[in-house]
Amino acid sequence: MNETSLLQPPRNTVSPPSMPTGNKAITTLSEAIVEVISDSGEGAQRCGQSLGAVAARMGNGVWTVEIIPAEIRPPARSVAGASGNRIRLGARRITNGGDDTDLVVAFNEQVLLGRVRAGELKPGCIILLESMWREDADPAIAASYRQAYDQLVAAGYRVREIPMERECRAIVREARRGKNMFALGMLCNLYSLDMQLARDQIALVFGKKDAAVVAQNVKLLEVGYDWAERNLDFKFRIPAQRAVEPQIVVNGNTALALGILASGMEVCAMYPITPATSASHYLSDVFEKVGGVVHQAEDEIAACAFAIGASYAGKCTVTITSGPGYSLKQEAIGLAVMAEIPLVVVNVQRGGPSTGQPTKAEQGDLLTAIFGSHGDAPKVVMAAGTIEDCFYSMITARKIAETFNMVVVVLSDAGLATSQQPFPRPRFNEAWVAPPVDQSDLPAGAKPYDWESATGLSRRFIPGQAGGMHTLTGLAHDSLSHVAYDPESNEKSIHARSLKLAALQKTLKPPPVFGGESGDLLVVGWGSTRGAIEEAVESLRQEGRKVSSLHLSFLQPMAPGLKEIMGRFGKVMTIESNWCDRPQDEIIDETNRRYSALAMLLRARYLVDVDCWSEVRGQPIKPGTIRRVILDKLARPEESVP
Amino acid sequence: MTSAATECLLRMYDEHHELEDYQSGVPRWCTGCGDNAILAAVQRLCRDEDLRPEKTVFVSGIGCSSRFPHYMKTYGFHGIHGRALPVAEGIKMARPDLNVFVNTGDGDCCSIGAAHWIHAIRYNMNMTVMLHDNQIYGLTKMQASPTSPKGLKSNTTPRGAYLEALNPLTVTLGVQNVSFVAQAVDWIPEVMYDIISAAFHHKGLSFVRIVQRCPEWLPKLLEPWLHDPEKVLLLEHEDAIRISPSLAQVYKNRRRHDPSDLDRARETASGFDPIPVGILYRNPRVPCYEELRTAAGLRSTERIRKGLEAEFDKFTVWPQQAAEGAPAE
Repeated sequence: MNETSLLQPPRNTVSPPSMPTGNKAITTLSEAIVEVISDSGEGAQRCGQSLGAVAARMGNGVWTVEIIPAEIRPPARSVAGASGNRIRLGARRITNGGDDTDLVVAFNEQVLLGRVRAGELKPGCIILLESMWREDADPAIAASYRQAYDQLVAAGYRVREIPMERECRAIVREARRGKNMFALGMLCNLYSLDMQLARDQIALVFGKKDAAVVAQNVKLLEVGYDWAERNLDFKFRIPAQRAVEPQIVVNGNTALALGILASGMEVCAMYPITPATSASHYLSDVFEKVGGVVHQAEDEIAACAFAIGASYAGKCTVTITSGPGYSLKQEAIGLAVMAEIPLVVVNVQRGGPSTGQPTKAEQGDLLTAIFGSHGDAPKVVMAAGTIEDCFYSMITARKIAETFNMVVVVLSDAGLATSQQPFPRPRFNEAWVAPPVDQSDLPAGAKPYDWESATGLSRRFIPGQAGGMHTLTGLAHDSLSHVAYDPESNEKSIHARSLKLAALQKTLKPPPVFGGESGDLLVVGWGSTRGAIEEAVESLRQEGRKVSSLHLSFLQPMAPGLKEIMGRFGKVMTIESNWCDRPQDEIIDETNRRYSALAMLLRARYLVDVDCWSEVRGQPIKPGTIRRVILDKLARPEESVP
Repeated sequence: MTSAATECLLRMYDEHHELEDYQSGVPRWCTGCGDNAILAAVQRLCRDEDLRPEKTVFVSGIGCSSRFPHYMKTYGFHGIHGRALPVAEGIKMARPDLNVFVNTGDGDCCSIGAAHWIHAIRYNMNMTVMLHDNQIYGLTKMQASPTSPKGLKSNTTPRGAYLEALNPLTVTLGVQNVSFVAQAVDWIPEVMYDIISAAFHHKGLSFVRIVQRCPEWLPKLLEPWLHDPEKVLLLEHEDAIRISPSLAQVYKNRRRHDPSDLDRARETASGFDPIPVGILYRNPRVPCYEELRTAAGLRSTERIRKGLEAEFDKFTVWPQQAAEGAPAE
């Protein structure tokens, strides 16, 4: 290991703020970002999740993100092997993962170095580091630990060495596995969290095991708490705003699965693919209890075809996938569009193209979602902007799919999939569960595609329905579903399928503008960037900047009123996590610049000069980054909307 | 998965159907195409079984054979190339009460849809699958298919097909959970009818390969088999197909074959000269996927609500204030 390369990339070192001395002062914070990281299997995930749950119970705003290594079992003590959680705690509601990390608990220095090199730590970040490696029997390990420690200290990080395993050994024989609850105890002390809630959380987490296990973990928790109280000279407090209604804490994929339950859909056909699969894992566990089926098909194409078959037979079906799987389904999606079979397709986006970055977040599939399949294949495209949205969008998607006999694509992404955030516990509404479709006998002469001329809508025929016998076909067809190659029939059916999108658009409301109704700059976004964009906009507005933001849940069709909203701002730009060419590149100019997906759509549809900024680093875009981008855009006076 | 209550109601009166009740349009297949013979046999079966047209679905992929549903006055699903089987599986999963038939060709099933074919055998859902095997791509105008004999000249193999033909029967018989495999030929309609009827009555996925002629592209390919009854090996058994006395006079080459004997079925299936015709294998005890996946009880809004609330309970955090006086977690 090179002396100077340990902490690459190099970063500005800022001298650490002075530590409180003498009597412990409690510093009040509006928020803090905490990471707990370890090798796989050492329980950092459980520690981090428990911390988030305890803080949520206290009424703090919470956003947790899983830190997942790309491999299932990366080698121990490896830079790429960090596994754990990043928890953002706040006095108010938290809508995204935030900026740099304030405090890290690391079980070894190698996983820590991975996070340092990724640029995730704030200058002067507090590091609570397992110190056992300093005296490791293997001189190479001891040397690398000492070297890392020295460099971290030199770089200005406030490193505290803590003999976590040694302290735990007094309580459990396998101290390596007990450290996580010791760490939770320390964190409860440092952030002044309610210990009784932490004990309750342990009882909940280990409740399935026997009482002795719970007692032992509570003991570890308390020892950790006491150790921090005695040995660490700082302490924080994040005021909690107590909610008055119950909250549920789930990640985006679990929210999708709960939404599927709530929508009344009965069949989910899928094929395993990261990062979508955990939604199906959870659904497989619970769906049968309400009479549903998760079918793991032999491939992505079969999953989509199976879903189409089940939908055609009267049970609106969902198929869940991620980018590469979404590509494989395109031909079948075209069939559903052509034959007007309701279908919900979820794409939990990941980095692309090709296998890309399976565990990383990106918003690269918007145009594929809208324009995918061949020919003119109009379909509805929605995107979930929050974890709560993941839940409700499934209910909405099913309703639209069955009302309009259309394919509804719901986009999520790896960021939402693995993040957790409390949101108000949904109150069950009978209207969520769509009533069974009308299967009464059809009158003589009923046509399977009796397109209404104004809206393109027609009644759906279900096999089993007397009088409705016809052969559905992916070939061009007339209103009787007879194969028809004549020019009139072909245009008539394409016309009808297209009108349905307009009919849906007429039912949408203009989205609310976040911030002022007019101003110097409007930032438009879609999907998981919502929380970070709104946080940045809010903080800049507090500083007097005339910036607002607009979040689009419907990407196809787009809600009415967007052009009017954009017209009230001096400049309009999108912030997205899909590539756009950088104007500062030597060969990039207006004639060849590739715009980000939403910017391109807005420019094409509304003839508004929408600029864009994007980042494709595999991580959710941080609010601090967005602040900088907005300030930069505001500072360039030469540009304005014509 | 469960059924809606309306699906359980019985019709309390008799219905009788005539052949015309299943006939729709004039088939656009070539004169002498084996598809016509299959259509006639299937329409006869529907009439003989008095299948309610609205409760019957024919699912197909793409190709000459896949035009089949258009000529049936039932529900039909003429989908995309190779994917008839997964579509049919979705239909059967959603509506086990429907009679599901699949018509697929040698390109559709054994080439582009081969993955689905293997897995459909394994799922063993209760449906009748007819492989219309004319050993050539017809609709796209004469390209070699996986079942084309080695040496066959086609538009993509002008100097003769390079590879040995794939045998759909031995492949099917090699898949775990196989429950019904038979072979019919279009030039013996009587036996083809008996086989399709047996396939329909079998509970599970019944796979029937029908060797058929393509008069347009391969008019001479099967002629030796047509002209020489000795090149046909009729499989007969008291538990399978019984050969009529008149047929027995023509086809002397017969073998008693017990359809429960898988090893013998595999051995017999591997021949093409003489071509075995009859039921090769049948095992009614293989479970059907749709039944393995069926949960007890009727699906109701109340059941969904209860299930959902139980899940919400698992994820609920009660803020301290609200927790006082709130129900226990």
